[in-house]
Amino acid sequence: MTKKFVLGIYDDEDVLLQAIENVRAAGTNIYEVFSPYPIHGIDDVLGIKRSRLPIVAFFCGLFGTSFALWMQIWMLGFDWPMIIGGKPHIALPAFIPVTFELTVLCAAFGMVITFFIVTKLKPSFKVNVFDKRSTDDKFVMAIEVKEGVTDMPALNDLLRSNGAIEVNEKEVIK
Amino acid sequence: MTEERLIISRKTNNKFFLMIAIGVVLLIAGIIIAAMSGGHHAEGHGEAAAAGHEAAHWSKRLYMNLWLNNVYFTGIALVGVFFVAVQYVAYAGWSVLIKRIPEAMGYYLPIGGAVMLVTFLLGGHDIFHWTHDYLYNQFLEDGVTPNPQYDPIIAGKAPYLNFWFFLIRMIAYFVLWILFFNWLRRNSIGEDLHGGTNYYHKSIRISAMFLVVFGVTSSTSAWDWVLSIDTHWFSTMFGWYVFASWWVSGLSVIALTVIILKQNGYLKLVNANHIHDLGKFVFAFSIFWTYIWFSQFMLIWYANIPEESIYFIERLGGNGGHFKWIFFTNLLINFAFPFLVLMTRDAKRQMIMLKIVTIAILIGHWLDFYLMMMPGTMRTDAGIGFIEIGTTLIFLGIFLITFTKGLTKASLVPVNHPFLEESVHHHV
Repeated sequence: MTKKFVLGIYDDEDVLLQAIENVRAAGTNIYEVFSPYPIHGIDDVLGIKRSRLPIVAFFCGLFGTSFALWMQIWMLGFDWPMIIGGKPHIALPAFIPVTFELTVLCAAFGMVITFFIVTKLKPSFKVNVFDKRSTDDKFVMAIEVKEGVTDMPALNDLLRSNGAIEVNEKEVIK
Repeated sequence: MTEERLIISRKTNNKFFLMIAIGVVLLIAGIIIAAMSGGHHAEGHGEAAAAGHEAAHWSKRLYMNLWLNNVYFTGIALVGVFFVAVQYVAYAGWSVLIKRIPEAMGYYLPIGGAVMLVTFLLGGHDIFHWTHDYLYNQFLEDGVTPNPQYDPIIAGKAPYLNFWFFLIRMIAYFVLWILFFNWLRRNSIGEDLHGGTNYYHKSIRISAMFLVVFGVTSSTSAWDWVLSIDTHWFSTMFGWYVFASWWVSGLSVIALTVIILKQNGYLKLVNANHIHDLGKFVFAFSIFWTYIWFSQFMLIWYANIPEESIYFIERLGGNGGHFKWIFFTNLLINFAFPFLVLMTRDAKRQMIMLKIVTIAILIGHWLDFYLMMMPGTMRTDAGIGFIEIGTTLIFLGIFLITFTKGLTKASLVPVNHPFLEESVHHHV
């Protein structure tokens, strides 16, 4: 299945940010914006909600902490009690470094795995390059075309009047 | 960019003086109570009093409090200069708008130096066990009889821990710190008046030199002023530990001052992103302090070598468990509380949250220094009463007067700083 996109090409960051605001204010839905580098404040103007990944990180970390403590207490305190260095079986200070490491490990891996699942990123993932210049010196704003709904000349005018140096069309296999 | 002058009203200044006055009243009340109960104490233990153990008890407590508060506030003042130096060397842009606040903290340093010197000269024997001459003589005056009070461990440290070298080091630290503070400050003010990038480049060179000086002196001053109280004990992490405590307290003072100024209508250009960065600093270095705390604790706990573990025994079960509650409160306020409260992004960007946490940290690290100093000197006689609260209020008042006076001396916005524009548009 192919999808048709209109690409507005910009060559200035500030013009782009203003254009995004105006295009959205005109009621047009922006599919994606491509930029060679991260732009400060673009999340806000695009209306992108804050990532919920930190919440995942917190709970994965919490799991790591409790898993590490449970593992060490059970292993060294109940399953195979041993006296090490004259300390009690359940010697909490000695467990802290392992607990810390497992907290970090679980939080980090949990975040990465969640990110892969949510974004459906996998080795067979096919990346659609809308315009190669977005990896060099141009900013690309992609707007999905809905057949029969989108007014092409009006969209063209809207993009150009907001500083687009080019307006292209592209079909992408989805 | 326009200048922004801080005006400290007479009313605010009077509040600071009132703080000092209340402190003095509390201190005198505390001394009277301590002197009276001390006399009573001596009657009950006639022998101990005769041996001179209980004599002048309140003065020892007073000297310890002067020392504790002065080390604490001097550290905070020093961290102000250190913060500015780090920002310069790192070519940091975000901190330009708040730079005048840490800069003004250094104005306390001369007072800190004077109080430190006087307290050491008057109360050195009460604070530092190693200052007693009898510890160093292997034999009594006849040259034959072994001296029962001879302490070979302390005598072995004499090349470093002796009165004159200690005094010279103390003076050298303050001379160096004040010199660098004045140098940086002069350049900063000069930049305001004349502009140009010369001042900026010069400040980077001064800062780089200061960082080298600070790297050495922050460690050695921690050994001198805090570690040598427990003369027999040593810890290779101690310099870092005191630095971590100073640093997070200093960062809390910076964050708290920025918030208070902002809530009073100053620092209009400072936005949530600057507050967020300060919040991250406070959050991160609370964890850093805990990391250092735990590294020191765990190695000593695991090895369990008597001469090392005595330090923690004195603070936990020893001294009749006198310091146990402070030991755990210390960890709770300085680690658990900031860690859990400041974890989310929103908490770091909200002024009210950050305000609560920084105040808690400031109290917590005062307790941290209390825990470093009191068990080795006051033992079970240590307490937190009128003398402690009074002395702290006096120091706080003096610190606030010098600090705010320093803040009024220049524009709160460094108008000609080359990175000012970057700081105004700071975004995280």
